[in-house]
Amino acid sequence: MSTGTRRLDLEEVGDVTVAKFTDKKILDEGNIQIIGNQLFALIEEDGRQKIVLDFSNVEYLSSAALGKLITMDKKVKAAKGKLRLCNIRTDIYEVFAITKLNKLFDMKENLELALAGM
Amino acid sequence: MAPIAQFDLWIPNNTETAREVQERIIGLMEQNAWPMRECFGVRLALEEAMVNAIKHGNRMESDKQVFIACELTAEEIMVVIEDQGEGFKPEDVPDPTEDENLENPGGRGIMLIRSFMNAVAYNDRGNRLTMIKKLGVENE
Repeated sequence: MSTGTRRLDLEEVGDVTVAKFTDKKILDEGNIQIIGNQLFALIEEDGRQKIVLDFSNVEYLSSAALGKLITMDKKVKAAKGKLRLCNIRTDIYEVFAITKLNKLFDMKENLELALAGM
Repeated sequence: MAPIAQFDLWIPNNTETAREVQERIIGLMEQNAWPMRECFGVRLALEEAMVNAIKHGNRMESDKQVFIACELTAEEIMVVIEDQGEGFKPEDVPDPTEDENLENPGGRGIMLIRSFMNAVAYNDRGNRLTMIKKLGVENE
């Protein structure tokens, strides 16, 4: 696992890894870099293939954070894995919708729906 | 409409200081009972504009500065952000929502600014952004 403060709380539900962001604001470049490294390590170092990202703590994110999520999505696809996003509040969902990233990501309303059929 | 609050300042070219100014601006809006949803949009626009100025405009150079001006009235908030870079042409930035650009990790900042603010304008050189959010007015 990468060095630095843990930015993700990890939980195993069957063969699915649920990664919950611990930050309220995902804005700072340094933070985003650490989050990105911790996300990528799930695939590249730990070999996890089914990942749900839980946004329930997240109140703000910037386009820099979207960039990391896109890279994460590519890595998961390259590893023939599955990535889902859940518990995204309305304001933040709007950011995904404006940028049409809601077409790219598999987004579910809550964790239960995200885990279903993973 | 007379301003309720206004300030302008030059800050060093780093995101920590920019974020302090961001908090100051959002604080003014909150004190004047702006809805959370509108504070969210303005915060996001400020974040994107400030990072663009520091990273792309001033290219992270520590000897450069960013100018920020803010004016809040009962009806709207206006923010000007100017960097000391060469400027750019906003029309040259590709549409990030086109299929071929959808998976690009960057290039969404300006679009988000335009989406969350009611009026956005760049000077001819492309190093000064003026943006306005009107209280209670949704974008088209």
